[in-house]
Amino acid sequence: MTPTQRPSAAFWLVFPALLMTGLFFVLPIVAALLLSFTDFDLYALARWDHLRLIGFENYRHLLNDPLFFLALKNTFYFVAIGVPLSVSASLLTALLINQRGVRGQGFFRTVFFLPVVTTLVAVAVVWRYLYHPRLGLLNYVLSLLGIEPIDWLGDPQWAMPSLIIMAVWKNFGFNMVIFIAGLKSIPRRLYEAAEVDGAGAFEQFRSITLPLLAPTFVFVGIVTLIGYFQLFAEPYVMTQGGPSGRTLSVALLMFEEGFRWWNLGYAAAISFVLFLIILSGTVLQMLMRRFL
Amino acid sequence: MAQRLTIPLLRLWPGRLVAVLMGILGLLGCSSEHQDTPLSFWVLGGEGSAVRLLVEAFEQENPDVRVIVQQIPWSAAHEKLLTAYAGDAMPDVFEIGNTWVSEFEALGAVESLTLSAREKEDFFSGILDSSTVQGRLMAKPWYIDTRLLFYRRDLLSRAGFDAPPTTWSEWILMMETLRDRDAGLIKALIAPLGEWQLPVILGLQSGATLLDAEGCFGRFQSASFRVAFHVYIELYDKGFAPLMGDAQMTSLYQDFAAGRIAFYVTGPWNIGEFHRRLPPSLESLWATAVMPGPTGPGASLAGGSSLAVSASSRQKDKALALVEFMTRTKSLLTLYQMTGDLPPKRSVWSDPILSASPPLEAFRRQLDHVIATPKVPEWEQIASKIILYAERSARHEMTEEAALLALDHDVDRLLSKRRWLLSGTCHQGAVP
Repeated sequence: MTPTQRPSAAFWLVFPALLMTGLFFVLPIVAALLLSFTDFDLYALARWDHLRLIGFENYRHLLNDPLFFLALKNTFYFVAIGVPLSVSASLLTALLINQRGVRGQGFFRTVFFLPVVTTLVAVAVVWRYLYHPRLGLLNYVLSLLGIEPIDWLGDPQWAMPSLIIMAVWKNFGFNMVIFIAGLKSIPRRLYEAAEVDGAGAFEQFRSITLPLLAPTFVFVGIVTLIGYFQLFAEPYVMTQGGPSGRTLSVALLMFEEGFRWWNLGYAAAISFVLFLIILSGTVLQMLMRRFL
Repeated sequence: MAQRLTIPLLRLWPGRLVAVLMGILGLLGCSSEHQDTPLSFWVLGGEGSAVRLLVEAFEQENPDVRVIVQQIPWSAAHEKLLTAYAGDAMPDVFEIGNTWVSEFEALGAVESLTLSAREKEDFFSGILDSSTVQGRLMAKPWYIDTRLLFYRRDLLSRAGFDAPPTTWSEWILMMETLRDRDAGLIKALIAPLGEWQLPVILGLQSGATLLDAEGCFGRFQSASFRVAFHVYIELYDKGFAPLMGDAQMTSLYQDFAAGRIAFYVTGPWNIGEFHRRLPPSLESLWATAVMPGPTGPGASLAGGSSLAVSASSRQKDKALALVEFMTRTKSLLTLYQMTGDLPPKRSVWSDPILSASPPLEAFRRQLDHVIATPKVPEWEQIASKIILYAERSARHEMTEEAALLALDHDVDRLLSKRRWLLSGTCHQGAVP
């Protein structure tokens, strides 16, 4: 299309979608970025002239805020343990279900996928019963093994692991389905050829399944990483960030600053730092894919 | 207008949409019958059915006014009111927590009110003071929430004490005795981590102001607050109270009924809960007492909720009439009968319905000794920081010294905008 030409039909077909994206995605993001350079808060909400442009002050404060670093530490903890656990659980169940000769594949797929479609609040209520220190099922099972009861959600050491277990249980079904799709797309003849060459099950997995599953791995890894960095609903519903702030995540901190206290400038700064972290994590994964 | 735009677009867009739709529905609904728009009234918590009854009575008295009541749970109330303010969708009349009044005053969201001299006399002065900002009454007290001691009489007498504690040292002695001698006890006291009220009450009792006089800087490292904070932390260190948040205390009433807990610092709503949840045989065994203080019966918080008229209301006369009606002696009595909410007026307390209830007696006496928390718009945030550092110190993640230092640091930072706005009036003094 040269400058003199009128916009093509394709442009007009895409235009409504572009307009919507611009209005509801790009514009708010730009506005939030601008917001992060101001001290927009309750006072500014009351009167315009109480708003100050403060440059990078919010970001500077962020670097001196112990609560932000606590939230960052908690979030990294959740991601570092949760993502590998979730991905390997998905892969393992996908491999098990996808094996030749397994009957009722559809049934198992549905069962493992069920937690994904259940609303988190309902899941949280049930898990709070499971985690109850005196009456919970988990501690009952532990007591049968002779293990002392654990205060799952009340003990600062155990609160985050409890959330990780719940999150992995809730989410692994989604990645499992994607892994199954990936496994199904590997041509059968490769395995047959490998068998003829005398390769065992593990050899087949290492030389055929893993390399051919790599694109799926990258996709699952990135999507899970992004999702887990945005940890919010689990602590919001289960622990409100406690005990002792051990389950406070960056997204929860942002929510509290922004919508509980209306420090919107500061909250916007937090959200951009979180964005940069997720972005760098994603870029790192893509680079790894390219060079490994 | 970047600022105005971003708020609805970022987060409130669905809310706006709903508001617009509701507005259209509302217009359709009332256009034929009533010429005037109805008065909107937001109430918080579980007072719904009582309020509906009172509103009906109000509508009978004022046939030309129609009131739409909306109920909002306490947990979402603060956010929701601020969101309504940001979205220019404030109700005409709304209930407001006493500790939020200065916040909404700073926003210019509430209309100041006037009281007759007689009515002013009738209110408990500490409670009235908590809704007064810089000499102007910004909301009319509706019901009271103060904290005091619920205790098991039989457990105390078994440990050799005939009366509830009146001083800190008596209280500590009782808890020590109970801890060492009563094997059936889980803990002597229930004081959930994550509630700012107890450390703040102890602080106010020992004479701490929490902030400096102008509300410009934190004063949590002051000698008086240090003493109180130490007493608070020792409740956990000495094993009097469990290191638990309230989310963990799922079997509280059963534990209290079974005699596994002796003391519980809590508010008036638990009188009703105790009557409902404890077996009748226990009725004579539990009682309430004024908060013990450093040297004698001590002060507690001037909490509770008030009714405010929105500054943006287009029907202020009617709104004021509704507030006046809801805070009449008769209405307050109805509210108490239906919900157990304690009235802020002395005239209601002299009614036999209230004076005949033994657990209320301690509340009646406590109400003469209540202190308001500092009146700065940032109070809710400051309270959240107190909780954080009190819990970390109780769990030995920080020393008391370090916790109070960090608390003052955080609070000073929270108040920085306020200092800028007050510019001239703030004096940086040395921390005593």
